Parts: sequence; C-alpha cells; structure tokens
Amino acid sequence: MTPDLIYGLCGVAVFGIGLVGALCAQDRLRRVLALKLCSVGAGFLLVVGAWRTPPATPDPVPHALVITGIVVMVSATAVALALIRRLQSLEADDER
Amino acid sequence: MTDPLVIFDVALALAIVALAVAALSVRDLFAMIVLFVVFGLLSALAWVRLSAPDVALAEAAIGAGVTGALLLKTLHHLRYVSGTLGQQAAYGVTPLTPVPIGVTLANAIFCGLITLGLAVAYLGAPAAGPGFDALVAEAMPRSGVDHPVTGVLLNFRAYDTLMEVVVLLAAVVAVWQIERGVSDAPAPVLGEVWQGFARLALPATVVVGTYLLWVGAEAPGGAFQGGAVLAAVGLLLLLTRAYVPQPTHRGIARGAFVLGTGVFALVALLVASGGRVAFEYPLEHAKTLILLIEGMVTISIAVTLAALFHGREPVAQTKGGRDDT
Amino acid sequence: MLEIAAAAFIALGTLFFVAGTVGLLRFPDIFCRLHALTKADGLGLALIAVGVALLAGTAGAVFRIALVWFFVAVASATCGHLIARYARHGVRHD
Repeated sequence: MTPDLIYGLCGVAVFGIGLVGALCAQDRLRRVLALKLCSVGAGFLLVVGAWRTPPATPDPVPHALVITGIVVMVSATAVALALIRRLQSLEADDER
Repeated sequence: MTDPLVIFDVALALAIVALAVAALSVRDLFAMIVLFVVFGLLSALAWVRLSAPDVALAEAAIGAGVTGALLLKTLHHLRYVSGTLGQQAAYGVTPLTPVPIGVTLANAIFCGLITLGLAVAYLGAPAAGPGFDALVAEAMPRSGVDHPVTGVLLNFRAYDTLMEVVVLLAAVVAVWQIERGVSDAPAPVLGEVWQGFARLALPATVVVGTYLLWVGAEAPGGAFQGGAVLAAVGLLLLLTRAYVPQPTHRGIARGAFVLGTGVFALVALLVASGGRVAFEYPLEHAKTLILLIEGMVTISIAVTLAALFHGREPVAQTKGGRDDT
Repeated sequence: MLEIAAAAFIALGTLFFVAGTVGLLRFPDIFCRLHALTKADGLGLALIAVGVALLAGTAGAVFRIALVWFFVAVASATCGHLIARYARHGVRHD
C-alpha cells in the first residue's frame, strides 16, 4: 500500500462519480460541478503518475500540466455558469 | 506495513470519495457547493502528500476558492431570478426536464463500466513509466529559474502556458458576450463585521499574492497561484463595494485582460527575432524575462478571474445596475 | 523533549477539534453548533499552531505560522457571525 496506489484508485473513483453526476444529475449547476469533479479525478491520476518513491523528486512536467488544467477548468466553469445564468433569465422572462 | 501515514492516506482517500458522493447527492445546492469546496481542499492535501505542492496551491486557490466563489455567485443569481431567495434551503433551483428512469440507469451502468475499465487499466499499468525527470533535471541550469515546475511552465513548455492565458482571455470575452442584457441580482448586505474583516484581510491578501508570485522562481508558488490570491482582492473589493465597476473602466479592464497574453507573445517574438526559437531565452536574461512574463500574467489572471466573478460587463443603460439604490 | 511537548500540544489540539465536530453533529440548532465549532476549533487550531511552531526551524517559519493562526481565527469568527446573521435575518438587500 503506497500513496500512489491509494490516491490513484481514489482518483479513478472520483472521476467515475463525476461522470455519473454529469450524465444523471437533474440539475444544471450539479452537472457543471460533476464535470469539475471529473477534472479533479484526472488531475489525481496525472499527479500519481508524476510521483516517485520519496528520496527521488517527482516529475515536474505532469505537475505543470495539472496546473494548466486547473486554470482551463475554471475558465470553462465560468463560461458554463454564465450560460446557466442567461438560460435561467430567459426562462424567467418566458414565464412572465 | 503498519505505517501510520498509510492509515492517514487511506482515511483521506475515503474522505475525498465520500465528499464527492455527498456533493452530488445532497439536495440543498448551497450544501452541495460547500461540500465541493471542502472536497477541493482535501484533494489539495492529498496532492501535498504526493509531493506536488504547486498543484496543491493551485487547486486550493483556483479549484476550490475561485470556483467556489463563482458557483456561490451563480446560485445567488439563480435564486434571485427564480424568486426562491426567501427559502432557507436551495432545492431544485435549475431543474431539468425529467429523464425516464431507464435512461438514467443505463447511463449510470455505462459510467460504471468506464470507471471499471479505468481502474483495471490503472492497476495493469507499469508502476513507473519513463518520465521527463532526467530531461528536466539536465536542462534546469539553462532555464534561468531554480524551481522545476516554474521552469517547465515558463520555459520548456511555454507554448502551453501562453495558450492557457489565451483560454482565460477567451473565457472573459465569452462571459461578457453571454451576459449582455442579463440583469444583475442585487448583492446582499453583509454587515459591519464583514466590512472590518475585509479591511483587515485586503492588505494581507495583496502581500500573500505578491509573495507567492515572487517565491515561484525557487519554491512552490508562481503566477497562477499568486494571480488567484490577488483575484481574491478583487472579490473582496467587489463584495464590500469598495470598488463598483463603471462603464468607463472597461478600457482599463480590457487592457489588463490582454496584458499577460500581449507581453508573453511579444517576448516570444523578440526572442525569435534574434535568430532563436521562440521561448529559447538567452541565458543571461532568462530570469528577468521569466519574471517579467510572470508579473504581467499574474496581473491578467487576477483581473480576469475577478471579472469572471463579477460576470456581466458594466454597461451604463442596463436597468438594475449596481449603482442604483 | 521539544518533540514530546509539540506532540502533546498537537494531540490536545486534535482533541478540541474532535470535541467541536461532535458538537457540530450532536447539538440541536444552528446557534449551538456555531458555538461548538468556532470556539472549540479556534482553541484547537491555536494549540496545534503552538505545537507546530515548536518544531519549526526558523524564526520566519514561526512568524508565518502565527500569521496563519491569526487570519484563520479572524476569518472563522467572521464566518460564524455571517452564518448566525443569515440564520436570524435571511438574505437582506439594500
């Protein structure tokens, strides 16, 4: 039982949970959040891939990739949330 | 085999999975967002355990902090538009048309199979594949900085980082376009204690953000972490209404959005004009150039993230703007 | 000796965190829960910060730990106030 095995399986599980949520959730906000969970799961797998048994330093390239991924994900989330706000406003106008 | 850290790792991994399940199954959307932020912070802790402090800082600041703020802001807007602000809990604010239970079940089984396949592939993969460790370690003396992750982000794989800044720029352009004409929900009044806290936290946040940027050359930290912390300054200013976005400030905001991308691309072009490949910085100027790019990118990230939080472009003629009382 | 003292502080701090969490789970309403959380966790964090500061090598690290403690304490007090305020009055606009 090494940290990479434990957190690798944790990452796979989080990715799977996010995937189920993204396809099955009954709520727009929850679907966006589920996609974010997927991206965290993928980040776990990359960080686990970069991990080396302690005296050795980890591989910096996957770390840089995950940082890039986190920033891209916040941009995508912001656009998705703006779309949700717009959609909700349009629906509220239709009901009036 | 009875290493106490293994017990800690297993408990943390189980807590992370449990929080992911809880965030997706809790009915109250506010509770969902809070659980998600806790999930992000515990993931950051797990990444510290996997000796990835840079990634942990980015996840805690951007993945949990800024994303959480964006989600809360959107929830407030949705509750205001749907007229459910008075209720204690946020249930079904954005319901979708119901899907037949059979379709949902089929989807869930499908996702389960994908996850199972991933788990099998993960367990069957070789323990440590060939990495880039040796290549990076060999090239580090020529990068101009001492911290490998910063070297990879701003020197060896600078194209990636340039595109990442472009993605942020595209996001803020898209949000301003999408939100055109959408009226803003009135901001809640938070009281004097909150105002006092903001006055205390604001200067400290500026110092922490700048420190993270500066320390990035030789230790965990850097433009993205520092930029996210400085974006928190923007959030505090917006929430306390110490700064109210005015239509006349749009030019300054646009300038700040493109500053990072512009300086980044300009440096690449200047380097390329000297008979080198773009981003092949001359060694004697490498640190200066990297710090210049990082500084400008940090300003862009901070302003862009704060603008993404504010959402709507400040327009004069829209009814229900921020400055009517 | 220093390490034993640090371990004692950290263990005591953890105990306060456990007490605060039990309070969060067992107390009947939101104000009691806030009372348990903000007070017990504030003290628990202070004890853990003292324990970690004893192990920290440099004066700079001790200073940073003190700053972290101070800002977390202020932020948790403010959050407690905001939650209680929302529970009493709901969302208010001007």
